Amino acid sequence: MAESNKPEDFVKHEYEAGFVTDIESDTFEPGLNEDVIKRLSQIKGEPEWMLEWRLEAYRQFQEMTEPNWQKVNFDPVDLQSISYYSAPKKDTDKPQSLDEVDPELLRTYEKLGIPLHEQKALAGVAGAGTPAEAEASSEGGGAYSNVAVDAVFDSVSVVTTFKEKLAEAGVIFCSISEALQEHPELVKKYLGSVVPRGDNYFASLNSAVFSDGSFVYVPKGVKCPMELSTYFRINAENTGQFERTLIIADEGASVSYLEGCTAPQRDENQLHAAVVELVALDDAEIKYSTVQNWYPGDENGNGGIFNFVTKRGMARGRNSKISWTQVETGSAVTWKYPSCVLKGDNSVGEFYSVALTNNYQQADTGTKMIHLGKNTRSTIIAKGISAGHSDQSYRGLVKFQPTAEGARNFTQCDSLLIGDKCGAHTFPYIENKNSSATVEHEATTSKVSDEQMLFCRQRGIDPEQAVSMIVNGFCKEVFKELPMEFAVEAGKLLEVSLEGSVG
Amino acid sequence: MLTIKNLHASVEGTPILKGINLEIKPGEVHAVMGPNGSGKSTLAQVLVGHEAFEVTEGEILFDGQNLLELEVEERALAGLFLAFQYPVEIPGVSNLQFLRTALNTLRKHHGQDELDAPSFMKLAKEKAKQVDLSPDFLKRGVNEGFSGGEKKRNEIMQMLMMEPRLGILDETDSGLDIDALKTIANGVNTLRADDRSFLVVTHYQRLLNHIVPDVVHVLANGQIIKTGDKQLAMELEEHGYGWLGINEAEAAG
Repeated sequence: MAESNKPEDFVKHEYEAGFVTDIESDTFEPGLNEDVIKRLSQIKGEPEWMLEWRLEAYRQFQEMTEPNWQKVNFDPVDLQSISYYSAPKKDTDKPQSLDEVDPELLRTYEKLGIPLHEQKALAGVAGAGTPAEAEASSEGGGAYSNVAVDAVFDSVSVVTTFKEKLAEAGVIFCSISEALQEHPELVKKYLGSVVPRGDNYFASLNSAVFSDGSFVYVPKGVKCPMELSTYFRINAENTGQFERTLIIADEGASVSYLEGCTAPQRDENQLHAAVVELVALDDAEIKYSTVQNWYPGDENGNGGIFNFVTKRGMARGRNSKISWTQVETGSAVTWKYPSCVLKGDNSVGEFYSVALTNNYQQADTGTKMIHLGKNTRSTIIAKGISAGHSDQSYRGLVKFQPTAEGARNFTQCDSLLIGDKCGAHTFPYIENKNSSATVEHEATTSKVSDEQMLFCRQRGIDPEQAVSMIVNGFCKEVFKELPMEFAVEAGKLLEVSLEGSVG
Repeated sequence: MLTIKNLHASVEGTPILKGINLEIKPGEVHAVMGPNGSGKSTLAQVLVGHEAFEVTEGEILFDGQNLLELEVEERALAGLFLAFQYPVEIPGVSNLQFLRTALNTLRKHHGQDELDAPSFMKLAKEKAKQVDLSPDFLKRGVNEGFSGGEKKRNEIMQMLMMEPRLGILDETDSGLDIDALKTIANGVNTLRADDRSFLVVTHYQRLLNHIVPDVVHVLANGQIIKTGDKQLAMELEEHGYGWLGINEAEAAG
């Protein structure tokens, strides 16, 4: 038992979502050019302006080079070897009801614990195991009860649940492809208004080739009656996933939205370059939560998803609020900074993040808070856990423009190291152009110590459970921000990510 | 219950324990006294399986089982409990969650059902009261921001919950005022039973006024140099360790 009981030995990763669904797909030949974009737009029956928008994005993209300032190492992505469209084969149009959806697909989501049957979902069929603390308050209601789900499989949305119930409240929740057909004026008005076509390399690529994603519009004064959720699954080989999500909360509206993601275990790297745009008008509130569990690669660092995502929320109106909560355990390389542009006076931006890297995973992640309006406030709580040979960086920008009279920021970055072969780094950037603004920054680095392990084990708790408990405790401030259904899920995911064989 | 035969242990190649022999029978309270650096705490740590210490010779039997073959958590489940000299903090993990996990693991090990939340709360509050800890402490992170005395009382509270076969107290009295000392002693005394034993490691005799030992051992330079009854502790208090020919300053070095 000499050296085999170090905390780092209990964090070996078993990826449970690594299976492949055997399903017939229509997939484009690999390669990127204007014709591919035209075909993509045509298949989706998009309006002319959308195609023009994509082509303009592609023109801008061609002028750009892949960024290299982030603290991650990977071989350049060969964009010509990727297929830009893959969809489960269907002779007819998009299925009208769940009965028309390929049963193989339904089984895939069921296996992942995402019930697409509304009745089952309401009954709380997922029945996830509950960590001790969440147990008391969540008893009776399983995960995913009272949640509407949009399931995106490779390039297309396969089904959206609870549409009727949402329609009664006036909430639009559908795939972005469908929104382009049914609500083109809304898409046209807001698409690219937060993340412009030429924003950055991967965002421009996404603007040119995005295939699907979710669209949400919550009308004036409406509090969305249920949690909304999109579940992204990459299945096909040699494809990239380029989804586009657009969420608009009109004046006085509020919505809570969650995305989850998994992919099969493959030896090659797969690219995921999404763009998420949030728009909150006066007095509106958007809470966006992510549980990201893309395949992280094997324990030697082979394979896994490249997760290069641009997420930005515009708190456009007075007293509006945008809140990002993320639990990230997956991907081989993660490179993302969910951000808030606080434009409206008194608007609020929040970023709560837990990122766990293990084996050879690399993550360069954080947030940007751009204060424009008066008395805008932002809070950043970032928790990073590094294990194995992984390397993790927090990179955050807090910026006060001259107009941001009386603005405030509080930032707290904590890193937890498991073992002595991993790394944790913090790069905080602060730009202050207004002397009345206040900014606070706290940062800590700690280790799961041998003493903590001995203490837990002396109370009869096995080492795996001890590590998981210590890590969960470390993340507590962030977990409490997640919607209840997903706090349980996130705790469980962390536990699974830390699972390993004893001895 | 516990039999230690010719126990040798070292840390990073330096011998600390040099042939300990000790036998604790069910229901007995043994005190191990000695100057700083004599190996008292090492003995406690070796018993629970601290990995920094290497056992180089000898054996330890606990209820007939070879203790040295068991992992730390297996020893705990077999009924060994250590009240740590320096209890660690586990930020964000509430005392309640920690205790409930520990207790339910133990219950499961004994084939008992897990305690439901209300019964557990009731039990935890009752035990907290026994060591004068307010119920607020149950909700706080394990030892997070606790004072020295609160940490020690928290250890005893955990022991009251776990009801071990053998409770080991590693200098639990150090840094405590007399009231806290009495509280802790009361806690321990309520647990005393015919089938439960204690090993009380202490530098000072004063704790032994409140937890009265059946046997007192004096440890010096890694060996037990004298064994007696509670009178031995009194004499040590009166004459100091020098009375046994121990040069305390040297031993401490």
